[in-house]
Amino acid sequence: MKIPRHLLSVDDLTRESAIAILDTAAQLSQLSEGKMKKLPTLRGRAVVNLFYEDSTRTRISFETAAKRLSADVINFNAKGSSVSKGESLKDTALTLQAMGADAVIIRHPSSGAPQRLADSGWIKGPVINAGDGTRQHPTQALLDAFTMRNRFGVVGGGLDGLRLAIVGDILHSRVARSNIFLASMLGAKVTLIAPPTLLPVEIGEWPVEVSYRIDESIEEFDVVMPLRIQRERMNQGFFPTEREFSRHFGLNIDRVAKMKPEAVILHPGPMNRGVEIDASSADSARSLIVDQVANGVFVRMAVLYLLMAGSHELPENALDQERA
Amino acid sequence: MTRIVLSREDISRAIRRISHEILERNKGAENLLLLGIPTRGVTLAQRLQRDISEIEGRPVEMGSIDITLHRDDLRLRPPRPLSPTQIPVSGVEGKDVVLVDDVFFSGRTIRAALDALGEIGRPATVQLAVLVDRGHRELPIRADYVGKNIPTARSESVRVRLMPFEEVDEVVIEG
Amino acid sequence: MMTRTLLSNGVDTDGNSINILIDGERIAALSRDASQISAHDAEVIDMQGMTLAPTLVDLHTHLREPGKEDAETVQSGSASAVRGGFGAISAMPNTNPVADTAGVVEQVFSLGVEAGLCDVFPIGAVTVGQEGERLAEILAMAESRARVRIFSDDGHCVSDPVLMRRALEYVKIIDGVIAQHAQDPALTRGAQMNEGAVSARIGLKGWPAVAEEAIIARDVLLADHVGSRLHICHVSTAGSVAIIRWAKERGINVTAEVTPHHLLLTDELATTFDPVYKVNPPLRHTSDVMALREGLADGTIDVIATDHAPHPEEAKECEWDAAAFGMIGLETALAISSRAMVDSGLMSFTELIARMSSKPAEIAGYADHIKPLDVGRLASLMVVDRDRKWQIDRELTVSRSKNTPFHGLEVGCYVHDVLYRGTWVMREGTVIK
Repeated sequence: MKIPRHLLSVDDLTRESAIAILDTAAQLSQLSEGKMKKLPTLRGRAVVNLFYEDSTRTRISFETAAKRLSADVINFNAKGSSVSKGESLKDTALTLQAMGADAVIIRHPSSGAPQRLADSGWIKGPVINAGDGTRQHPTQALLDAFTMRNRFGVVGGGLDGLRLAIVGDILHSRVARSNIFLASMLGAKVTLIAPPTLLPVEIGEWPVEVSYRIDESIEEFDVVMPLRIQRERMNQGFFPTEREFSRHFGLNIDRVAKMKPEAVILHPGPMNRGVEIDASSADSARSLIVDQVANGVFVRMAVLYLLMAGSHELPENALDQERA
Repeated sequence: MTRIVLSREDISRAIRRISHEILERNKGAENLLLLGIPTRGVTLAQRLQRDISEIEGRPVEMGSIDITLHRDDLRLRPPRPLSPTQIPVSGVEGKDVVLVDDVFFSGRTIRAALDALGEIGRPATVQLAVLVDRGHRELPIRADYVGKNIPTARSESVRVRLMPFEEVDEVVIEG
Repeated sequence: MMTRTLLSNGVDTDGNSINILIDGERIAALSRDASQISAHDAEVIDMQGMTLAPTLVDLHTHLREPGKEDAETVQSGSASAVRGGFGAISAMPNTNPVADTAGVVEQVFSLGVEAGLCDVFPIGAVTVGQEGERLAEILAMAESRARVRIFSDDGHCVSDPVLMRRALEYVKIIDGVIAQHAQDPALTRGAQMNEGAVSARIGLKGWPAVAEEAIIARDVLLADHVGSRLHICHVSTAGSVAIIRWAKERGINVTAEVTPHHLLLTDELATTFDPVYKVNPPLRHTSDVMALREGLADGTIDVIATDHAPHPEEAKECEWDAAAFGMIGLETALAISSRAMVDSGLMSFTELIARMSSKPAEIAGYADHIKPLDVGRLASLMVVDRDRKWQIDRELTVSRSKNTPFHGLEVGCYVHDVLYRGTWVMREGTVIK
C-alpha cells in the first residue's frame, strides 16, 4: 500500500492507493455506525487548517475528521489578497512549523501553492491540499468516488464501467480536474458537458468525451455532477446570461426524468439553486448531496490516518516481528 | 531454521479443548460473544464458534474487532490498512466477551483491543483466548485460555498458518 | 593598461590559430603566425589554445537602476555582463522613474561609464511612463549624451495601433528603431504561463501564442506601410517565427531577437510550480522551441538577446501567481545558446558569436562592436575555453540576483577572461574591480 507523503493532487495516487483510501474510509464509516465515534489514533498530534480562502464546509469537515481521531486542530484563517507579500506563505509556514504543526491542510487561491509548501522544506509533516486555485481538490474527488462506489460498487473495487457526466464550468474548476482524473483512474468513463468557452483549449489529451449538449446523452449516465457556475463568469463573457446557461446546461426536473432509473446526482456544493441545478432536483431522492457531506468526514479521516499515523521512512516490507 | 511446533491436528485439538474450557468457565454459551482480532484471530474465532455450537447444540455469537486505530506503535511502520470491525446487533453490553487472537506476545495488541472495546460498550467480563503464548509480556495482561505455551527467544518469529490464508494449518518457529 | 599586449597561441571561432597584438584601446595587429607580428615591447600572454572572440552585445538587459537596486544596479549588472563575456549591454527603460527623458537615460549612461566594465547603452521608453498613451521625448533622448537609438516599452506592449504607428514614423528622424514587446494585454490579462495542454492540466491561467503573434502581424504590416524599421523582442512562438519569415520575404525591414532560455526550456517546467520558471513571454511548447532554433539558424531571427531580468529572492520564493516574471541570463547566455544551437549542429560557433556580437551591434548602431576582430577594431574581446565544463550555481552569480532557471546544469563554453577597451576586466573567471 504505497501512500504518498503529501496529498496535493489526485496524480499523487495510483489506482491501488486510491482504493486503499476508499477502503479505509469504508472501515471508518462502519466503525462510526457501530458507535465508535472517537478514536485515539492521532492523539497528541496537531493539525493546522491553513485556509487562505473562505470555506466553512470544507474546513469543518477536516476539523471534524481530525477531532474524531483525537488530533488537536488549529484554525489559521489567513485570508488576504493572493498577491499580498506581507505575511508571505513562507513566513506563515515557518511560524506553523515552530508552533508544532504535525500536518498542514491548506486551501489557497493560487494554483500550486500547496506544492510550493510541500517542496519548500518549510513544513516537516504532510501537506494536504484542500483546494488550490483552479487546479486540484483531491479529497473532494475522493469523497465523490467513495459516494459513487457505495452506490454502484464494492469495497476493495473501483468505479469500473461507471458512466459519469460532469456539467458546467470545467475550465475554472479544481473539483472537475480532480474528479476527471481520479474517476478515470478508477475505471469510470467520464463525459464533460459544457459550452466551449468553459472547456480548456487543449483538452485533447484528457481521458474524457466532450459534448456541448446535455440532452443528447443524459439517459446514458449513472452519475450526473453539475458544477457551481459563478456569476462573475457571465460578466467575463463566458456565456451571455444565466438564463441561457440554465436552459441549456442546467439540471432540471425534465432532464432528471430522462435519467436512468438508478442514476444519481452529485454536487460539490455550494449550489446555485436555479442555475446549474433546480431546487427539486437537488432535493430529489436521486440526490446524494447529503451523503457526500457525511462521506467527506470519513474520507478525510482516512486521509489523515494514512498520511499521519504511519512512518514513511521504513521500507514497505519490513518483517512484522513484533505482532501482538 | 524453521521448526513446526503445532501440526494441523494439534491445532484442531487445542481449539476443541479451549471450546470446552470456555463453556465450563462461563457455564454455557448463552451470554457469550466471541470477538476475533483480525486477521487470523477471526479465523480462530470462527472455528471456536463452530466447535462451541456443535458441543452446545445452539448458535453462539461472534464478530471481529480491528485494533489498528488503537495501536500504540503506528509510527514505527508505514500506514497499515484497516480490517473490518463487526459487532453483532445486540452489542457488547453485559456480555461475556472472549477476545480471540493467534499469538500472544507483548500484550500490546490486547491492550489496544481493550481500549477499542471500551469505546463500543461495557461488557460484563472480558476474557482472552490465544492459540499460542510465546512469552515476553511487556504489560500486565494474561490469557484465560491458551492453546499451547511455547517459550521463544525474542529474535525468533512465530508464524501461524491457517487455511484459507495459507494452504495448511500449522504453527512454525523461524530463526 | 597603456602598454602593448600580445595574446599568443589562441584560436579564432573557427578553431584556426590566431595571435592578436593590442595597443592601448585598439587591435594593432592580428595574424595566424605569431612571428609575423613585431611585438618586441609587448607583454606576451599565452592563451593556451583558448578561443578569442569579440565581446558579446546584448540588446535586452534589465539593470533595475534607478528604483530597484535590491535586485541589481548598473554596476552589478555590468559585472554580471562581463562574467558572461559581454562588452556592451542595452539597459531597458522600465526603471523607477521610467527612462523616458534625457535626464534618466543620461543618469544610466553615466553610471555605466563609472562602473567601467562594459558599454552601457540606455534604451528609451516609447511612451511617457510606459503607459501607452503619449509618445515620450524621443528626440531629446536621442540627442542626449546617451545617444539613444532603440526605444521600447518592454514589460508592456505598445498596444494602441495608432500610437505604434506614430512611434514607427517618428523614429525615422534619427534612424532609430522601435523594439516591440508583443503581448496583447486583453488576451493575456492575469495570464501566468503558456496556454496549452500543461496549463489546462495544472490550472494556471494561460497565455495564448496568438497574443504575441497577432501584435507581430499587425506591427510588421504597420512598419511596411510607413516605411520604418521594427525590432521584435524575445520572440517565443512558432507562429511568430512564421510571420517574421513572411515579412522578411516581402522585404519588410524587421529584425528579431530570441532569448537563450526560449531556445532550451519548455512549459513542462511549470508543473514544478517553481516560479524561477515564470517569465514573460512564457516558456512554450517543444514545437515552439524547435521552430525558434530553426528560425535563428536560417536568419529569420537575427540575434540572441538575454532579457536578463533580476529579481530579489522574495519575489520568487512564493506561490506562482504572486511571483515576478523574469530570469537572469547574462552569465549563462553563451553556454546555453551554444548548447541549443552549436551542440545540436544547427549553427557553427562562429555564426553563433556573430549573432551575439556583430549582428546585434548592427541593429543598434553600436559602431565599436560591429566589425569582427581585425586591425583597428576596438580591443574588446573575450577568451573562451570552449571545452571546459562548468556547473551553473545560483549561489555563485555575479549578479545581485539568483533567479536562474539553470541551477545545477553542467555546460561548456567557460568565459575565462575579458578585455574591455584594452583593459582586463576579468581574469580566470573573476571580475576585476
